[in-house]
Amino acid sequence: MSRRVHIKNEYLETRLVQRRIILSALFILVLLGVLLARLYVLQIVDYEHFSALSDNNRVRIKALPPARGLIYDRNGVIMANNLPSYRLEIIKEQVEDLDQTLIDLKQYVDYSELDLRLYRRAANRRRSFESIPLRLNLNDDEVARLAVNLYKFDGVEINARLTRNYPQGDHAVHALGYVGRIDVKDLGRVNENNYAGTSHIGKLGLEKFYESELHGTVGVQQVEVNSKGRTLRVLSETPPIPGKNLHLTIDSKLQKVAEQAFADLTGSVVVMNPHDGEVLVLVSMPTYDPNLFVNGISYKDYDQLRDSSHQPLFNRALSGQYPPGSTTKPFFGLAGLEARTINRQSKIFCRGFYRLPNKEHKYRDWKKQGHGHMNLKSAITQSCDVYFYDLSYRLGIDKMSAFLEKFGFGKKTGIDSTGEMSGLLPSREWKRRTLSEPWFPGETLNTGIGQGAFLLTPLQLANSTGALALNGVRYRPHLVSALEHGHLGNKVDIAVEQVSEGGASKKSNWLQAHKGMLNVVHGLRGTANRINRGLTYTIAGKTGTAQVYGIAQDDEYDEDTVSNKLRDHALFMSYAPADNPQIAIAVIVENGGSGSSVAAPIARVVMDAYLVNDDESEVSSSDLNGGSQP
Amino acid sequence: MNGMSDTGDYSVTRRVLDALNIDPVLFVLLGVLAAFGIVLLYSGSGSNIDLILRQLTRLSIGLFFCILVANVPSRLLKSFSVWLYLLGVLLLLAVMFFGEVGKGAQRWLDLGVIRFQPSEILKLAVPMMVASYLADRALPIGFKDLFVSVILVLIPVMLIARQPDLGTAILVGSAGAFVLFLAGVRWKIMLSLMFLLSLMAPLLWKYALHDYQRSRILTMFNPESDPLGSGYHIIQSKIAIGSGGVYGKGWLNGTQSQLDFIPERSTDFIFSVFGEEFGFIGCVILILLYLSIIFRGLYIAAKSKDSFGQLVAGAISLTFFVYLFVNIGMVSGMLPVVGVPLPLISYGGTSMVTLLTGFGLIMSIRSTKRLLG
Repeated sequence: MSRRVHIKNEYLETRLVQRRIILSALFILVLLGVLLARLYVLQIVDYEHFSALSDNNRVRIKALPPARGLIYDRNGVIMANNLPSYRLEIIKEQVEDLDQTLIDLKQYVDYSELDLRLYRRAANRRRSFESIPLRLNLNDDEVARLAVNLYKFDGVEINARLTRNYPQGDHAVHALGYVGRIDVKDLGRVNENNYAGTSHIGKLGLEKFYESELHGTVGVQQVEVNSKGRTLRVLSETPPIPGKNLHLTIDSKLQKVAEQAFADLTGSVVVMNPHDGEVLVLVSMPTYDPNLFVNGISYKDYDQLRDSSHQPLFNRALSGQYPPGSTTKPFFGLAGLEARTINRQSKIFCRGFYRLPNKEHKYRDWKKQGHGHMNLKSAITQSCDVYFYDLSYRLGIDKMSAFLEKFGFGKKTGIDSTGEMSGLLPSREWKRRTLSEPWFPGETLNTGIGQGAFLLTPLQLANSTGALALNGVRYRPHLVSALEHGHLGNKVDIAVEQVSEGGASKKSNWLQAHKGMLNVVHGLRGTANRINRGLTYTIAGKTGTAQVYGIAQDDEYDEDTVSNKLRDHALFMSYAPADNPQIAIAVIVENGGSGSSVAAPIARVVMDAYLVNDDESEVSSSDLNGGSQP
Repeated sequence: MNGMSDTGDYSVTRRVLDALNIDPVLFVLLGVLAAFGIVLLYSGSGSNIDLILRQLTRLSIGLFFCILVANVPSRLLKSFSVWLYLLGVLLLLAVMFFGEVGKGAQRWLDLGVIRFQPSEILKLAVPMMVASYLADRALPIGFKDLFVSVILVLIPVMLIARQPDLGTAILVGSAGAFVLFLAGVRWKIMLSLMFLLSLMAPLLWKYALHDYQRSRILTMFNPESDPLGSGYHIIQSKIAIGSGGVYGKGWLNGTQSQLDFIPERSTDFIFSVFGEEFGFIGCVILILLYLSIIFRGLYIAAKSKDSFGQLVAGAISLTFFVYLFVNIGMVSGMLPVVGVPLPLISYGGTSMVTLLTGFGLIMSIRSTKRLLG
């Protein structure tokens, strides 16, 4: 049998194995003894105890949902709280005939098909003997009617529960998001046990992003119930731990100012503190009331919101992607200086159009008659397209996109909310990857004036404007500055995160871009100089106009003949005070026409509200609206 | 117990059983247990006849494999071992890449006709492989052979734990460990291996276990800490067993069981149903029945004349005990809930077939003994 030198000794081996078998048999006897002892303890020693527990299964474990954390703005204004509201809840295990009960209940309280569907879905999913809400937000009449007749219904309860409420209504909804009824999908991404008894969960925005902080920890109550399931007494209780309160960077007052400045325009404003990435204002217009979603929005209301041509549900500040238009000019100017393609004296002559060498195609300037002699500063101030066609042609797309990447274009900023889009920074590599096409020189020119495939979100524009103001220093934008343990009273600040330390270019180069932008507002020929009326501080800015549809070579864009949907988007980026930047603002007005006439005035109103004492800020946006100039 | 086999008094039944190489003692004990199981399952499944029929089908398949394997000479089984082992490991790898995900774990392989868990094969293949490796070496084994054997055990155990299927990993691992123990690995080495393993435990805890597995182990030590989740199962299961008392509430009369308070009451938690309905006396009888089966297996192992037979029969019998101990331990709140069924009683196909095939192996080994001795 054995091929080895070592001779097997069958007899000794068998004896060895047999010894081990006997040993294991003894071991088994001991362990089975342990099992029997365990069963003896459970079934004989503690019999009384367990028998009592199982009698009618009198002991029930009830989940005590924690109170959701509150949300405050930076000055302590309440943005989201919880109000008690009455709910009709059913414990289906205690109901004899659920369908009949549901029909009978209709006599006393009305509930919709949607309520019923949500109830059934939740009831199939949850632990047995958990009370599941059928109707939320009962009014006093309904409560009174039900309460009198409750004796007829086993397993039906009226419970007062805390329900999310947004006291500011439609104000700042795109910054906050909202909560809604939990569905099966939501349960997949949380610890289901911690949500026993919880009916709502963050669906969007901050409410979703900070769900784990806001929710808290479920509490447990062991209660004794009678055979009908009514609670007789509480045996033990572990109270729930409420969720953490959020302290936002949002300035609710300033947010309101910005929203009002929009009147009935559609678009977005983002205001940031460039020194730490705090988002002071996050506006997307139009807005909607998040309270609608808390108690289950009706199909009618939802359809209306969804189908509205102004798309109020769309969060333009984070998800809206727009061509940047001329707002890219200071960035490309810097890129040219840094690459030494131009210097600050370099001049070109603008005749109103530009031609690539040996090509017929005319690349037009927005000013038909041309700007004449232009250097970098004046080209930014007057937004000369021809200067930047020439610069782009000489700089080349590779250097352009590499330089703009440093400002975060084409990448998500990583803000602490949901739904952020990345925008698109065009590059040779991008085009090959997505379209499998080579890059054409004409596209470089289009990119140079912020058209073509180039896209950015209002948040990205505000963030990069801040970086421009601080010579490239950039922070991750954030909406929450601190988390607070309500019941402990300790507040934990969230660390700000510096994304870039600057140094993309020399100080003197930054100065050129800053001067050009200062003159946009304060210069004689600045494209946004109409907003400098009555200014007590300085603003540096840049207007932009983003084409929504292309114009044929010889056609002209005529604002009056173009339908509203196809009118250009108006953009304005700015920071102030220009010599000591405190805030950076990006404004985008959809189909607003030119950046100077509609977007810049909104920025001015917000800056006044922030930088000037309240009683001094008299200038309203309508005062500043004038003729059209891109 | 085997006194009868030496007398010449053959009845017809005995002759049929002998012709089929079936051990009458094991056959009767397993039959009683299976009948017990069906009766209990009827209660545990809420009087679900369909489920009973499916279980009976599996029982028949298991019985078929049992008799089939019992008639393969153990010499042949030994030479199959390495191929079965390789097949099992290959299938485990296949599961890792192509397997189906069910309830958060990737365990199943869909072969079109049937879906099965390759990890089941390893429950038999690992002890067979290690035993056949060691059988050719002189016992007690040396250091090199020990090292090889440990690797042979660890490869499939790691793969199974990764799926993650902690219960099966424990069963396969202990089957391998039992072969080593029976092969006479010195106590010093056994203890240092265990020590090494306990040193690795914190690492395993951190990296190898999934969140739900960690929570189960934590819950075991303090079920009240998670009364809404896995603790709920244990609390309700303990109430069921404890309220059974000395005599039990009677078949089909367990309130905890029939009112659906016990989770998984037809599969892993079926012992809670048993404890509630048949009480302490029932539990003692059931455990004695299991004990008889295990001791019969060990007896056959001890009487076997070749190392392979001794090691395989012994390891399978001991693994059978692990099933029993872990299952009752977990439903009575002594051990974490790791998903080990109550052998031959819990509803579920693959473990039934594997277990009965295992007993087929033992019977084949017994026949070999008789031919030689």
